[in-house]
Amino acid sequence: MEDKKITIALAGNPNCGKTTLFNALTGSNQFVGNWPGVTVEEKHGKLKGYKDVTIADLPGIYSLSPYTLEEVVSRNYLTQERPDAILNIVDGTNLERNLYLTTQLVELGIPVLVAVNMMDVVNKSGDKINIKALSKALDCEVVEISALKGTGIKEAADRAVALAKSGVKPVPQHRFAGSVEHAIAHIEEVAVHGLPEEQQRWYAIKLFERDEKVAEQLGLDKTALDHIEGDIHACEKELDDDAESIITSQRYDYITSIIDGCLARAGKGKLSTSDKIDRIVTNRILALPIFVVVMWAVYWIAMGPFGSFLTDWTNDVLGGEWLTEGSRAVMESLGAAGWLTGLVADGIFAGVGAVLGFVPQMLVLFLLLAILEDCGYMARIAFIMDRIFRRFGLSGKSFIPMLIGTGCGVPGVMASRTIENERDRRMTIMTTCFIPCGAKMPIIGLIAGALFGGSGFIATSAYFIGVAAIIISGVMLKKTKMFAGDPAPFVMELPAYHAPTAGNVLRSMWERGWSFIKKAGTVILLSSIVIWALSSLGSVNGRFGMVDDLYEDDALVTEEYVETVANRMGIPAEEVTPMDDSILAGVGNFVSPIFKPLGFGSWKPTVATVTGLVAKEEVVGTFGVLYNYDDQDGEAELSEEGDEIWDRVADDFGSFSGGHGKLSAFAFMIFNLLCAPCFAAMGAIKREMNSPKWTWFAIGYMCVFAYAIALIVNQFGLLFTGAANIFGLIVAIVLLAFIVYMLFIKKYKEADRLTVK
Amino acid sequence: MTLREAKVGQTVRVLKLHGEGPVKRRIMDMGITKGQQIYVRKVAPLGDPIEITTRNYELSVRKADCEMIEVELIP
Repeated sequence: MEDKKITIALAGNPNCGKTTLFNALTGSNQFVGNWPGVTVEEKHGKLKGYKDVTIADLPGIYSLSPYTLEEVVSRNYLTQERPDAILNIVDGTNLERNLYLTTQLVELGIPVLVAVNMMDVVNKSGDKINIKALSKALDCEVVEISALKGTGIKEAADRAVALAKSGVKPVPQHRFAGSVEHAIAHIEEVAVHGLPEEQQRWYAIKLFERDEKVAEQLGLDKTALDHIEGDIHACEKELDDDAESIITSQRYDYITSIIDGCLARAGKGKLSTSDKIDRIVTNRILALPIFVVVMWAVYWIAMGPFGSFLTDWTNDVLGGEWLTEGSRAVMESLGAAGWLTGLVADGIFAGVGAVLGFVPQMLVLFLLLAILEDCGYMARIAFIMDRIFRRFGLSGKSFIPMLIGTGCGVPGVMASRTIENERDRRMTIMTTCFIPCGAKMPIIGLIAGALFGGSGFIATSAYFIGVAAIIISGVMLKKTKMFAGDPAPFVMELPAYHAPTAGNVLRSMWERGWSFIKKAGTVILLSSIVIWALSSLGSVNGRFGMVDDLYEDDALVTEEYVETVANRMGIPAEEVTPMDDSILAGVGNFVSPIFKPLGFGSWKPTVATVTGLVAKEEVVGTFGVLYNYDDQDGEAELSEEGDEIWDRVADDFGSFSGGHGKLSAFAFMIFNLLCAPCFAAMGAIKREMNSPKWTWFAIGYMCVFAYAIALIVNQFGLLFTGAANIFGLIVAIVLLAFIVYMLFIKKYKEADRLTVK
Repeated sequence: MTLREAKVGQTVRVLKLHGEGPVKRRIMDMGITKGQQIYVRKVAPLGDPIEITTRNYELSVRKADCEMIEVELIP
């Protein structure tokens, strides 16, 4: 027995202090991942002071029903992996509801240790919990702990290990009403007698509840099911309720019957500190102003001067000067080949810099989110904002990702982590990037400055389009099959407020930050290298290589050759730059007809759109290079002083769109605001979706949606300026009709079962 | 009457839960079962959802879901 590996599962309600206990039990020895195929976090850790004891942290759950992802994940783990013991953590300040889960856990036939947490708060309030009576009523060991203060934790761990070794299983003390027990006994006999004895009761009760997932798992044939159905039906008739409700009600009735013997409440009706805080914070009049102030503070700290200072410093100094330039200097001093220096400095280190650039700001944001979650305000945000957001298939908590998204989509997407419901979270991830982020501002500035005389209306319309895109997408998507899939009950606990603890907050910040670096980082790094290669490699006059190097060879770049390039690109000969021969320009030239219906089917905006995938501000940077043929450094300033370039941009848009420059520029802006975000944001999306299918669906949807909206705008714009293209107009009308159909006519239908497994 | 019609500050007792499926199960899992007392604590600033107290803790429930909960007023 000594050497046997032991697994102890940590189970309990959300907000019962499970995470704190898990951290206290395992210290820094944790492995964080996701349960297979879903975004629910899976955590394991080695129990401190033991070599072979693993603690599995199950998601916080209220019940073992088959309806929510967390519950299904947990019960699959408990029934299929069968840990050696369950450490059931119970919130002593909320005993009744917490014991409801306990009554289900003791039926699994696994040794259970109940740890009553928050004993310090219980004692302070004057309540008395009779541990002995509770232990007797549940037939399992009960210990008192305070995870926060760290009292009783060592004892709880030792007892749990001893229990796992002894293998003593609790005998469920709770009996349902006579007719229910009769039916359960019958079901045990008919359907589950093949299972080990201690597991039979749990399965029999689930079958009585008509749990489809369990029926499927057991692979029962139709005759057995019909047989069982007869028993259930008789029982339901007798008690005038459905089977599920009978079981749930009787569990709670049982808890009510034992609670008086176990818990003596002091000072009933007295307002706790938490109640006093809540009176003000979610007060009908003050709630919204307080909410605005809190959100403003979060935004200001994370995205304001402090946050942008951090990001600028890491991007420009750490990433730009030290890593990129430093590595270039080192490579050059070592005499490395030009292409290798380019790959290392501009490809790899610039890519690493792009990943690192987000990290400090992200850590600040995660710290703030962890504080909001830990102190209990996050649940109130959902409470306050629910009414608005649920109409669009989002959660009240979607507000934070969207707000942060106005600064940068990457932390915005990562902030969606606080949304428990998987469907709401996916929807939030898909729509957050529609909000014009900080990096999209230069695009808006360029288009407004170059073609609309700097009109403020353009920036306003960009935000309007972003918000409209979220609303339209939310309403449309929630009616699609992919989102109608899983039920989303919104019956949410509003936990008591308490002061956040430094340990929990810092750990949560670090875990999220690290997971971004690991998962999103790889995507960003790889794609930066690919784009670097595409824009610096190419073939010049038949020779393939680095275009910058090849252009220095006068034998290759003859006047005739420059002439052919100029013809191919439709530009004067003196405007030809090395980049015109890169693979990227070739690709841009080749795919640009795709954007013809949108009004900007020319290679320059196309290439700018592609480089925008690296970072949205690159769109403007690329315009700077492509339209800045006088300045051979290629480092054009395109901001406030970029007037000459504005004229060239305006001329070019005017000429390739046949005199509809404003329209095509506006469509260009819409497409770039709404289409696939930068690689960093895509990396964040991949991290949060945790599924290739959903990642591609999200990015694909954004591109298709952006294309459709830009096309509709351009085609209708052409119609109003009297230059309608019949075919294009028909497509625009069809697209618009489809959107209207999805918005107003198609009905929303909620499924009644979870599609997972 | 249903829980939707209960006013802030009122205490009600659950008579019956209507409907079926996940939402009903969730409501019951959270401790709103037949005979249980519910205190209507407040309404969210935008009018929905409502906050109730039951089994000594606070719960947020949407008004649409409140319609499933048939209650009687406790004076």
